[in-house]
Amino acid sequence: MTETITSHYLARTPLDALHRRRGARMVPFAGYEMPVQYPMGILQEHLHTRSAAGLFDVSHMGQIVLRAPSGKAEDAARALESLVPADIVALALGRQRYTVFTNDTGGVLDDLMVSNQGDHLFIVVNAACKAADEAHLRDRLAGLCTVEPLADRALVALQGPQAEAVLAALAPEVAAMRFMDARPVTLMGAACLVSRTGYTGEDGFEISVPAGRVEELCETLLESPAVAPIGLGARDSLRLEAGLCLYGSDLDTRTTPVEAALEWSIQKSRRRGGARAGGFPGADTVLRQLSEGAARRRVGLAPEGRAPVRGHTALYRDQQGGEPVAGEPAAGEPAGEVTSGGFGPSIGAPVAMGYVPVADAGVGTLLFADVRGKRLPVRVAALPFWPNRYKRP
Amino acid sequence: MLKFTKDHEWLRLDGDVAVVGITDHAQEQLGDLVFVELPGIGAGFLQGSAAAVVESVKAASDIYAPVSGEVTEVNDAVVQEPGLVNSDPTGQGWLFKMRVADKTQLDSLLDEAGYKAILAG
Repeated sequence: MTETITSHYLARTPLDALHRRRGARMVPFAGYEMPVQYPMGILQEHLHTRSAAGLFDVSHMGQIVLRAPSGKAEDAARALESLVPADIVALALGRQRYTVFTNDTGGVLDDLMVSNQGDHLFIVVNAACKAADEAHLRDRLAGLCTVEPLADRALVALQGPQAEAVLAALAPEVAAMRFMDARPVTLMGAACLVSRTGYTGEDGFEISVPAGRVEELCETLLESPAVAPIGLGARDSLRLEAGLCLYGSDLDTRTTPVEAALEWSIQKSRRRGGARAGGFPGADTVLRQLSEGAARRRVGLAPEGRAPVRGHTALYRDQQGGEPVAGEPAAGEPAGEVTSGGFGPSIGAPVAMGYVPVADAGVGTLLFADVRGKRLPVRVAALPFWPNRYKRP
Repeated sequence: MLKFTKDHEWLRLDGDVAVVGITDHAQEQLGDLVFVELPGIGAGFLQGSAAAVVESVKAASDIYAPVSGEVTEVNDAVVQEPGLVNSDPTGQGWLFKMRVADKTQLDSLLDEAGYKAILAG
Protein backbone atom coordinates (compact mmCIF):
# COMPACT_ATOMS: atom_id res chain seq x y z
CA MET A 1 0.00 0.00 0.00
CA THR A 2 1.27 3.41 -0.86
CA GLU A 3 0.81 6.01 1.82
CA THR A 4 0.20 9.56 0.79
CA ILE A 5 3.22 11.63 1.68
CA THR A 6 2.60 15.24 2.48
CA SER A 7 5.50 17.48 3.17
CA HIS A 8 6.11 21.14 3.71
CA TYR A 9 8.78 20.90 1.02
CA LEU A 10 6.05 20.56 -1.60
CA ALA A 11 4.59 23.59 -3.33
CA ARG A 12 0.84 24.11 -3.60
CA THR A 13 -1.06 25.45 -6.58
CA PRO A 14 -3.55 28.34 -6.26
CA LEU A 15 -6.32 25.71 -6.39
CA ASP A 16 -5.09 23.78 -3.35
CA ALA A 17 -8.04 24.79 -1.15
CA LEU A 18 -10.53 23.86 -3.87
CA HIS A 19 -8.99 20.40 -4.25
CA ARG A 20 -9.17 19.74 -0.51
CA ARG A 21 -12.72 21.08 -0.24
CA ARG A 22 -13.75 18.65 -2.95
CA GLY A 23 -12.16 15.68 -1.20
CA ALA A 24 -9.18 15.18 -3.48
CA ARG A 25 -6.48 12.70 -2.54
CA MET A 26 -3.30 14.76 -2.76
CA VAL A 27 0.01 13.22 -3.82
CA PRO A 28 3.51 14.59 -4.41
CA PHE A 29 4.12 15.24 -8.10
CA ALA A 30 7.00 17.21 -9.64
CA GLY A 31 7.54 19.13 -6.40
CA TYR A 32 3.87 19.96 -5.90
CA GLU A 33 1.02 18.51 -3.92
CA MET A 34 -1.44 17.61 -6.63
CA PRO A 35 -4.84 15.86 -6.72
CA VAL A 36 -4.49 12.31 -8.05
CA GLN A 37 -8.23 11.71 -7.81
CA TYR A 38 -11.44 13.04 -6.29
CA PRO A 39 -14.17 10.94 -4.64
CA MET A 40 -15.59 10.11 -8.10
CA GLY A 41 -12.54 7.86 -8.67
CA ILE A 42 -10.15 7.55 -11.60
CA LEU A 43 -12.37 5.32 -13.78
CA GLN A 44 -15.42 7.56 -13.57
CA GLU A 45 -13.33 10.73 -13.87
CA HIS A 46 -11.84 9.35 -17.08
CA LEU A 47 -15.22 8.36 -18.52
CA HIS A 48 -16.81 11.64 -17.44
CA THR A 49 -14.18 13.62 -19.34
CA ARG A 50 -14.88 11.61 -22.51
CA SER A 51 -18.67 11.95 -22.18
CA ALA A 52 -19.11 15.46 -20.70
CA ALA A 53 -16.27 17.68 -19.44
CA GLY A 54 -13.39 17.47 -17.00
CA LEU A 55 -11.59 20.31 -15.25
CA PHE A 56 -7.87 19.76 -14.56
CA ASP A 57 -5.49 21.85 -12.46
CA VAL A 58 -2.21 21.99 -14.37
CA SER A 59 -0.88 25.05 -12.57
CA HIS A 60 2.30 23.16 -11.73
CA MET A 61 3.36 23.44 -15.37
CA GLY A 62 5.70 26.22 -16.41
CA GLN A 63 4.34 29.24 -18.28
CA ILE A 64 7.00 31.37 -19.91
CA VAL A 65 6.91 34.53 -21.98
CA LEU A 66 9.72 34.81 -24.53
CA ARG A 67 10.23 38.31 -25.86
CA ALA A 68 12.71 39.80 -28.34
CA PRO A 69 14.07 43.36 -27.80
CA SER A 70 12.36 44.36 -31.07
CA GLY A 71 8.98 43.48 -29.57
CA LYS A 72 8.24 41.20 -32.52
CA ALA A 73 7.23 37.57 -32.00
CA GLU A 74 8.98 36.71 -35.27
CA ASP A 75 12.37 37.67 -33.81
CA ALA A 76 11.72 35.59 -30.70
CA ALA A 77 10.65 32.78 -33.06
CA ARG A 78 13.96 32.92 -34.97
CA ALA A 79 15.83 32.70 -31.67
CA LEU A 80 13.70 29.81 -30.37
CA GLU A 81 14.26 27.88 -33.60
CA SER A 82 17.89 27.48 -32.48
CA LEU A 83 16.61 25.21 -29.69
CA VAL A 84 13.66 23.32 -31.25
CA PRO A 85 13.10 21.48 -34.57
CA ALA A 86 9.66 22.97 -35.31
CA ASP A 87 8.91 25.86 -37.66
CA ILE A 88 8.16 28.67 -35.20
CA VAL A 89 8.79 31.56 -37.62
CA ALA A 90 5.82 30.55 -39.77
CA LEU A 91 3.52 30.19 -36.77
CA ALA A 92 0.69 32.65 -37.44
CA LEU A 93 -0.58 35.14 -34.89
CA GLY A 94 -2.85 33.36 -32.42
CA ARG A 95 -1.69 29.87 -33.40
CA GLN A 96 0.04 27.28 -31.25
CA ARG A 97 2.39 24.40 -32.04
CA TYR A 98 3.87 21.38 -30.24
CA THR A 99 7.64 20.93 -30.23
CA VAL A 100 10.59 19.66 -28.19
CA PHE A 101 13.83 21.07 -26.80
CA THR A 102 16.61 18.85 -28.14
CA ASN A 103 20.12 18.23 -26.77
CA ASP A 104 23.33 17.86 -28.77
CA THR A 105 22.67 14.18 -29.47
CA GLY A 106 19.12 14.83 -30.64
CA GLY A 107 17.60 13.64 -27.34
CA VAL A 108 14.58 15.38 -25.87
CA LEU A 109 15.15 17.75 -22.92
CA ASP A 110 11.42 18.53 -22.65
CA ASP A 111 8.32 18.82 -24.79
CA LEU A 112 6.41 22.07 -24.96
CA MET A 113 3.68 24.17 -26.54
CA VAL A 114 4.51 27.49 -28.21
CA SER A 115 2.05 30.11 -29.37
CA ASN A 116 2.50 33.38 -31.27
CA GLN A 117 0.99 36.22 -29.23
CA GLY A 118 2.09 39.03 -31.56
CA ASP A 119 4.64 40.80 -29.39
CA HIS A 120 5.88 37.64 -27.67
CA LEU A 121 5.86 33.86 -27.71
CA PHE A 122 3.95 32.08 -24.96
CA ILE A 123 5.46 28.73 -23.92
CA VAL A 124 4.09 25.98 -21.66
CA VAL A 125 6.58 23.39 -20.35
CA ASN A 126 6.48 20.42 -17.99
CA ALA A 127 6.55 21.03 -14.24
CA ALA A 128 9.52 18.75 -13.55
CA CYS A 129 11.59 20.46 -16.27
CA LYS A 130 10.58 24.08 -15.88
CA ALA A 131 13.61 25.30 -13.91
CA ALA A 132 16.00 23.58 -16.34
CA ASP A 133 14.03 24.88 -19.34
CA GLU A 134 14.17 28.46 -18.07
CA ALA A 135 17.93 28.16 -17.49
CA HIS A 136 18.35 26.60 -20.95
CA LEU A 137 16.44 29.45 -22.60
CA ARG A 138 18.32 32.14 -20.67
CA ASP A 139 21.68 30.54 -21.39
CA ARG A 140 21.19 29.78 -25.07
CA LEU A 141 19.15 32.85 -26.00
CA ALA A 142 21.16 35.37 -23.99
CA GLY A 143 21.06 38.74 -25.72
CA LEU A 144 18.38 37.55 -28.15
CA CYS A 145 15.34 37.21 -25.88
CA THR A 146 14.14 37.89 -22.38
CA VAL A 147 12.74 34.89 -20.52
CA GLU A 148 9.90 35.70 -18.14
CA PRO A 149 8.38 32.84 -16.12
CA LEU A 150 4.79 33.68 -15.16
CA ALA A 151 4.77 32.72 -11.49
CA ASP A 152 1.52 34.49 -10.68
CA ARG A 153 -0.63 32.64 -13.17
CA ALA A 154 -2.53 29.40 -12.80
CA LEU A 155 -3.25 26.98 -15.66
CA VAL A 156 -6.38 24.87 -15.93
CA ALA A 157 -7.65 22.57 -18.67
CA LEU A 158 -11.31 22.09 -19.52
CA GLN A 159 -11.62 18.97 -21.68
CA GLY A 160 -14.38 16.95 -23.25
CA PRO A 161 -17.34 17.23 -25.63
CA GLN A 162 -19.16 19.71 -23.34
CA ALA A 163 -16.11 21.95 -22.85
CA GLU A 164 -17.04 24.34 -25.64
CA ALA A 165 -20.61 24.88 -24.42
CA VAL A 166 -19.48 25.40 -20.83
CA LEU A 167 -16.71 27.89 -21.62
CA ALA A 168 -18.78 29.69 -24.29
CA ALA A 169 -21.35 30.48 -21.58
CA LEU A 170 -18.66 32.74 -20.07
CA ALA A 171 -17.13 33.95 -23.34
CA PRO A 172 -19.12 33.20 -26.53
CA GLU A 173 -16.10 33.93 -28.76
CA VAL A 174 -14.30 30.73 -27.70
CA ALA A 175 -16.78 28.70 -29.77
CA ALA A 176 -15.19 30.12 -32.92
CA MET A 177 -11.71 28.97 -31.90
CA ARG A 178 -10.24 25.93 -33.65
CA PHE A 179 -7.73 23.30 -32.54
CA MET A 180 -4.40 24.96 -31.68
CA ASP A 181 -5.77 28.51 -31.67
CA ALA A 182 -4.42 30.50 -28.72
CA ARG A 183 -5.72 33.98 -27.95
CA PRO A 184 -6.46 36.41 -25.12
CA VAL A 185 -9.99 36.01 -23.73
CA THR A 186 -11.60 37.83 -20.81
CA LEU A 187 -13.30 35.35 -18.47
CA MET A 188 -15.34 36.78 -15.57
CA GLY A 189 -13.38 40.00 -15.88
CA ALA A 190 -10.01 38.25 -15.71
CA ALA A 191 -7.51 38.60 -18.56
CA CYS A 192 -6.83 35.02 -19.64
CA LEU A 193 -4.97 33.32 -22.44
CA VAL A 194 -7.11 30.52 -23.85
CA SER A 195 -5.82 27.84 -26.20
CA ARG A 196 -7.92 25.16 -27.85
CA THR A 197 -5.79 22.21 -26.93
CA GLY A 198 -5.28 19.65 -24.21
CA TYR A 199 -3.84 16.32 -23.18
CA THR A 200 -6.82 13.99 -23.37
CA GLY A 201 -7.54 13.48 -27.08
CA GLU A 202 -10.81 15.38 -26.59
CA ASP A 203 -11.79 18.82 -27.77
CA GLY A 204 -11.15 21.36 -25.06
CA PHE A 205 -9.27 24.35 -23.77
CA GLU A 206 -6.30 25.28 -21.64
CA ILE A 207 -6.76 28.51 -19.75
CA SER A 208 -3.90 30.60 -18.35
CA VAL A 209 -5.52 32.75 -15.66
CA PRO A 210 -4.24 35.14 -12.96
CA ALA A 211 -3.61 33.08 -9.81
CA GLY A 212 -5.90 35.30 -7.74
CA ARG A 213 -8.85 34.67 -10.07
CA VAL A 214 -8.54 30.96 -10.78
CA GLU A 215 -10.54 29.60 -7.86
CA GLU A 216 -13.55 31.77 -8.66
CA LEU A 217 -13.35 30.78 -12.33
CA CYS A 218 -13.11 27.07 -11.51
CA GLU A 219 -15.98 27.17 -9.02
CA THR A 220 -18.11 28.83 -11.70
CA LEU A 221 -17.15 26.21 -14.31
CA LEU A 222 -17.88 23.46 -11.77
CA GLU A 223 -21.40 24.82 -11.24
CA SER A 224 -22.25 23.25 -14.58
CA PRO A 225 -23.46 19.67 -14.07
CA ALA A 226 -21.39 18.75 -17.13
CA VAL A 227 -18.11 19.61 -15.40
CA ALA A 228 -16.32 17.45 -12.82
CA PRO A 229 -12.87 18.03 -11.31
CA ILE A 230 -10.38 15.47 -12.62
CA GLY A 231 -7.12 14.36 -11.02
CA LEU A 232 -3.73 13.29 -12.33
CA GLY A 233 -4.76 9.62 -12.37
CA ALA A 234 -7.36 10.09 -15.09
CA ARG A 235 -5.16 12.66 -16.83
CA ASP A 236 -2.61 9.88 -17.31
CA SER A 237 -5.09 7.25 -18.57
CA LEU A 238 -6.72 9.79 -20.91
CA ARG A 239 -3.42 10.86 -22.50
CA LEU A 240 -2.30 7.24 -22.79
CA GLU A 241 -5.45 6.25 -24.71
CA ALA A 242 -4.88 9.35 -26.87
CA GLY A 243 -1.34 8.14 -27.66
CA LEU A 244 0.25 11.29 -26.21
CA CYS A 245 3.75 11.17 -24.74
CA LEU A 246 4.54 11.75 -21.07
CA TYR A 247 7.94 13.38 -20.66
CA GLY A 248 10.19 11.31 -18.38
CA SER A 249 8.39 8.12 -19.39
CA ASP A 250 7.91 8.07 -23.17
CA LEU A 251 10.39 10.84 -23.94
CA ASP A 252 13.72 11.64 -22.35
CA THR A 253 17.26 12.73 -23.20
CA ARG A 254 17.97 9.31 -24.76
CA THR A 255 15.03 9.40 -27.21
CA THR A 256 15.02 11.51 -30.36
CA PRO A 257 11.82 13.01 -31.78
CA VAL A 258 12.11 10.62 -34.75
CA GLU A 259 12.41 7.56 -32.53
CA ALA A 260 9.44 8.93 -30.57
CA ALA A 261 7.33 9.02 -33.78
CA LEU A 262 7.02 12.80 -33.53
CA GLU A 263 8.13 13.48 -37.13
CA TRP A 264 4.87 15.37 -37.68
CA SER A 265 6.18 18.05 -35.29
CA ILE A 266 9.16 18.81 -37.57
CA GLN A 267 7.93 20.91 -40.49
CA LYS A 268 9.48 20.85 -43.99
CA SER A 269 11.23 24.19 -43.51
CA ARG A 270 13.44 22.65 -40.80
CA ARG A 271 14.23 19.42 -42.66
CA ARG A 272 17.01 18.78 -45.20
CA GLY A 273 16.44 21.07 -48.18
CA GLY A 274 14.15 23.35 -46.19
CA ALA A 275 14.47 27.13 -45.96
CA ARG A 276 15.85 26.95 -42.40
CA ALA A 277 17.04 23.33 -42.30
CA GLY A 278 18.62 22.19 -39.03
CA GLY A 279 20.14 24.76 -36.75
CA PHE A 280 18.86 23.17 -33.54
CA PRO A 281 20.88 21.01 -31.11
CA GLY A 282 21.41 17.48 -32.41
CA ALA A 283 20.09 18.42 -35.87
CA ASP A 284 22.60 16.16 -37.63
CA THR A 285 21.20 13.11 -35.86
CA VAL A 286 17.55 14.12 -36.09
CA LEU A 287 17.66 15.09 -39.79
CA ARG A 288 19.62 11.96 -40.70
CA GLN A 289 17.01 9.84 -38.89
CA LEU A 290 14.24 11.71 -40.72
CA SER A 291 15.82 10.75 -44.06
CA GLU A 292 17.12 7.28 -43.25
CA GLY A 293 14.95 6.17 -40.36
CA ALA A 294 15.89 5.41 -36.76
CA ALA A 295 16.80 1.99 -35.35
CA ARG A 296 13.86 1.94 -32.93
CA ARG A 297 10.45 3.50 -32.72
CA ARG A 298 7.74 4.35 -30.21
CA VAL A 299 4.64 2.24 -30.87
CA GLY A 300 1.29 1.46 -29.31
CA LEU A 301 1.10 -1.88 -27.55
CA ALA A 302 -2.17 -3.72 -26.98
CA PRO A 303 -1.91 -6.54 -24.43
CA GLU A 304 -4.00 -9.49 -25.58
CA GLY A 305 -5.04 -10.46 -22.06
CA ARG A 306 -6.54 -8.40 -19.29
CA ALA A 307 -3.42 -7.75 -17.24
CA PRO A 308 -2.14 -4.19 -17.46
CA VAL A 309 1.45 -3.99 -18.73
CA ARG A 310 3.19 -1.12 -16.95
CA GLY A 311 6.14 1.14 -17.75
CA HIS A 312 9.63 -0.44 -17.64
CA THR A 313 8.27 -3.89 -18.58
CA ALA A 314 10.71 -5.70 -20.90
CA LEU A 315 9.44 -6.86 -24.31
CA TYR A 316 10.59 -10.08 -25.99
CA ARG A 317 10.15 -11.56 -29.42
CA ASP A 318 9.71 -15.05 -28.03
CA GLN A 319 7.40 -16.53 -25.47
CA GLN A 320 10.36 -18.36 -23.93
CA GLY A 321 14.11 -17.89 -24.27
CA GLY A 322 14.19 -17.76 -28.04
CA GLU A 323 16.59 -18.45 -30.90
CA PRO A 324 19.08 -15.79 -31.92
CA VAL A 325 17.55 -13.18 -34.18
CA ALA A 326 19.71 -11.60 -36.88
CA GLY A 327 21.08 -8.31 -35.61
CA GLU A 328 20.22 -7.03 -32.16
CA PRO A 329 18.84 -7.94 -29.73
CA ALA A 330 20.53 -11.24 -28.91
CA ALA A 331 18.59 -14.36 -27.98
CA GLY A 332 16.58 -13.95 -24.83
CA GLU A 333 17.43 -10.27 -24.59
CA PRO A 334 14.58 -7.79 -24.47
CA ALA A 335 13.53 -6.51 -27.90
CA GLY A 336 12.35 -3.31 -26.30
CA GLU A 337 10.64 -1.80 -23.31
CA VAL A 338 7.24 -0.52 -22.32
CA THR A 339 7.44 3.17 -21.36
CA SER A 340 3.81 3.81 -20.33
CA GLY A 341 1.05 1.35 -19.64
CA GLY A 342 -2.09 0.77 -17.70
CA PHE A 343 -5.78 0.23 -18.12
CA GLY A 344 -7.73 2.21 -20.70
CA PRO A 345 -11.19 2.84 -19.22
CA SER A 346 -12.73 3.93 -22.55
CA ILE A 347 -11.16 1.00 -24.39
CA GLY A 348 -12.12 -1.36 -21.56
CA ALA A 349 -8.76 -3.09 -21.87
CA PRO A 350 -5.11 -2.56 -21.02
CA VAL A 351 -3.16 -0.14 -23.25
CA ALA A 352 0.54 0.66 -23.40
CA MET A 353 3.29 2.39 -25.38
CA GLY A 354 6.93 1.52 -25.74
CA TYR A 355 10.03 1.41 -27.90
CA VAL A 356 10.84 -1.52 -30.20
CA PRO A 357 13.37 -2.10 -33.03
CA VAL A 358 11.91 -0.88 -36.35
CA ALA A 359 11.79 -4.50 -37.56
CA ASP A 360 9.19 -5.11 -34.85
CA ALA A 361 7.32 -1.83 -35.19
CA GLY A 362 4.73 -2.94 -37.74
CA VAL A 363 1.13 -2.87 -36.55
CA GLY A 364 0.07 -6.38 -35.58
CA THR A 365 3.56 -7.62 -34.66
CA LEU A 366 3.31 -10.11 -31.79
CA LEU A 367 5.66 -9.50 -28.87
CA PHE A 368 5.76 -10.76 -25.29
CA ALA A 369 5.80 -8.60 -22.18
CA ASP A 370 7.51 -9.96 -19.08
CA VAL A 371 4.94 -9.39 -16.30
CA ARG A 372 5.81 -10.95 -12.94
CA GLY A 373 7.88 -13.63 -14.68
CA LYS A 374 5.24 -14.55 -17.27
CA ARG A 375 5.56 -13.57 -20.92
CA LEU A 376 2.19 -12.13 -21.87
CA PRO A 377 1.32 -11.61 -25.56
CA VAL A 378 1.05 -7.99 -26.73
CA ARG A 379 0.48 -6.70 -30.26
CA VAL A 380 1.93 -3.58 -31.79
CA ALA A 381 -1.07 -1.28 -32.29
CA ALA A 382 -1.77 1.94 -34.15
CA LEU A 383 -1.86 5.10 -32.03
CA PRO A 384 -4.04 6.63 -30.76
CA PHE A 385 -6.07 3.88 -29.10
CA TRP A 386 -8.93 6.35 -28.73
CA PRO A 387 -9.65 8.49 -31.83
CA ASN A 388 -9.04 12.15 -31.07
CA ARG A 389 -11.94 14.56 -31.36
CA TYR A 390 -10.12 17.85 -31.83
CA LYS A 391 -12.03 20.72 -33.44
CA ARG A 392 -9.90 20.99 -36.55
CA PRO A 393 -9.81 24.21 -38.58
CA MET B 1 -15.68 -13.01 12.72
CA LEU B 2 -12.99 -11.39 10.60
CA LYS B 3 -9.29 -11.43 11.34
CA PHE B 4 -6.91 -8.94 9.75
CA THR B 5 -3.29 -8.51 8.72
CA LYS B 6 -1.32 -5.29 8.96
CA ASP B 7 -1.02 -5.54 5.16
CA HIS B 8 -4.79 -5.00 4.90
CA GLU B 9 -5.98 -8.52 4.09
CA TRP B 10 -8.93 -10.02 5.95
CA LEU B 11 -9.61 -13.67 6.72
CA ARG B 12 -12.82 -15.42 7.74
CA LEU B 13 -12.53 -18.94 9.13
CA ASP B 14 -15.11 -21.55 8.10
CA GLY B 15 -14.08 -24.89 9.71
CA ASP B 16 -10.47 -25.31 8.63
CA VAL B 17 -10.94 -23.28 5.45
CA ALA B 18 -10.15 -19.54 5.46
CA VAL B 19 -11.80 -17.08 3.07
CA VAL B 20 -9.38 -14.26 2.17
CA GLY B 21 -9.90 -10.77 0.76
CA ILE B 22 -8.70 -7.19 1.12
CA THR B 23 -10.15 -4.69 3.56
CA ASP B 24 -12.42 -1.77 2.81
CA HIS B 25 -9.54 0.55 3.70
CA ALA B 26 -7.32 -1.27 1.18
CA GLN B 27 -9.80 -1.05 -1.67
CA GLU B 28 -10.38 2.61 -0.94
CA GLN B 29 -6.66 3.37 -0.96
CA LEU B 30 -6.09 1.38 -4.15
CA GLY B 31 -9.00 2.94 -6.00
CA ASP B 32 -10.91 1.33 -8.86
CA LEU B 33 -9.55 -2.15 -9.50
CA VAL B 34 -9.24 -3.20 -13.15
CA PHE B 35 -7.47 -6.56 -12.88
CA VAL B 36 -7.30 -9.41 -10.38
CA GLU B 37 -4.89 -12.35 -10.70
CA LEU B 38 -5.70 -15.26 -8.39
CA PRO B 39 -3.61 -18.33 -7.52
CA GLY B 40 -4.22 -21.77 -8.99
CA ILE B 41 -6.32 -24.22 -6.99
CA GLY B 42 -3.98 -26.52 -5.08
CA ALA B 43 -1.20 -23.94 -4.89
CA GLY B 44 0.47 -23.79 -1.51
CA PHE B 45 1.57 -20.57 0.19
CA LEU B 46 3.55 -19.76 3.29
CA GLN B 47 2.17 -17.11 5.62
CA GLY B 48 3.12 -13.69 4.29
CA SER B 49 4.04 -14.81 0.77
CA ALA B 50 2.48 -13.18 -2.32
CA ALA B 51 -0.58 -15.21 -3.34
CA ALA B 52 -2.55 -12.86 -5.62
CA VAL B 53 -2.25 -9.55 -7.44
CA VAL B 54 -4.78 -6.74 -7.70
CA GLU B 55 -4.27 -3.84 -10.09
CA SER B 56 -5.91 -0.45 -10.00
CA VAL B 57 -5.80 2.02 -12.89
CA LYS B 58 -2.58 3.32 -11.35
CA ALA B 59 -0.62 0.36 -9.98
CA ALA B 60 -0.28 -3.34 -9.13
CA SER B 61 -0.30 -4.61 -5.53
CA ASP B 62 0.56 -8.02 -4.11
CA ILE B 63 -1.92 -9.75 -1.82
CA TYR B 64 -0.22 -11.88 0.84
CA ALA B 65 -1.41 -15.17 2.30
CA PRO B 66 -2.55 -14.30 5.85
CA VAL B 67 -1.66 -17.83 6.98
CA SER B 68 0.10 -20.83 5.43
CA GLY B 69 -2.09 -23.24 3.48
CA GLU B 70 -3.32 -24.65 0.21
CA VAL B 71 -5.76 -22.85 -2.09
CA THR B 72 -9.08 -24.71 -2.35
CA GLU B 73 -11.22 -22.26 -4.30
CA VAL B 74 -10.89 -18.91 -6.08
CA ASN B 75 -13.53 -16.26 -6.78
CA ASP B 76 -13.88 -16.14 -10.55
CA ALA B 77 -16.49 -13.39 -10.20
CA VAL B 78 -13.82 -10.85 -9.20
CA VAL B 79 -11.64 -11.91 -12.12
CA GLN B 80 -14.57 -11.17 -14.44
CA GLU B 81 -15.56 -8.02 -12.55
CA PRO B 82 -12.70 -6.58 -10.44
CA GLY B 83 -14.97 -3.72 -9.30
CA LEU B 84 -16.69 -6.19 -6.94
CA VAL B 85 -13.65 -5.88 -4.70
CA ASN B 86 -14.32 -2.15 -4.46
CA SER B 87 -18.07 -2.38 -3.99
CA ASP B 88 -18.17 -5.31 -1.55
CA PRO B 89 -14.64 -6.08 -0.30
CA THR B 90 -15.62 -8.38 2.58
CA GLY B 91 -18.58 -10.01 0.78
CA GLN B 92 -18.84 -10.71 -2.95
CA GLY B 93 -15.34 -9.31 -3.40
CA TRP B 94 -13.57 -12.18 -1.60
CA LEU B 95 -10.48 -13.44 -3.45
CA PHE B 96 -9.65 -17.05 -2.55
CA LYS B 97 -10.14 -19.79 0.03
CA MET B 98 -7.32 -21.76 1.58
CA ARG B 99 -7.10 -24.79 3.86
CA VAL B 100 -5.29 -23.55 6.96
CA ALA B 101 -2.14 -25.60 7.58
CA ASP B 102 -1.49 -24.45 11.13
CA LYS B 103 -4.31 -22.89 13.12
CA THR B 104 -1.92 -21.44 15.69
CA GLN B 105 -0.96 -18.91 13.00
CA LEU B 106 -4.43 -17.40 13.41
CA ASP B 107 -3.27 -16.07 16.76
CA SER B 108 -0.76 -13.83 14.97
CA LEU B 109 -3.57 -11.99 13.17
CA LEU B 110 -5.31 -8.84 14.35
CA ASP B 111 -8.89 -8.64 15.53
CA GLU B 112 -11.07 -5.77 14.32
CA ALA B 113 -10.11 -3.48 17.19
CA GLY B 114 -6.43 -4.15 16.62
CA TYR B 115 -6.74 -3.47 12.89
CA LYS B 116 -8.65 -0.26 13.49
CA ALA B 117 -5.93 0.84 15.88
CA ILE B 118 -3.36 0.39 13.10
CA LEU B 119 -5.50 2.43 10.68
CA ALA B 120 -5.82 5.17 13.28
CA GLY B 121 -2.00 5.19 13.29
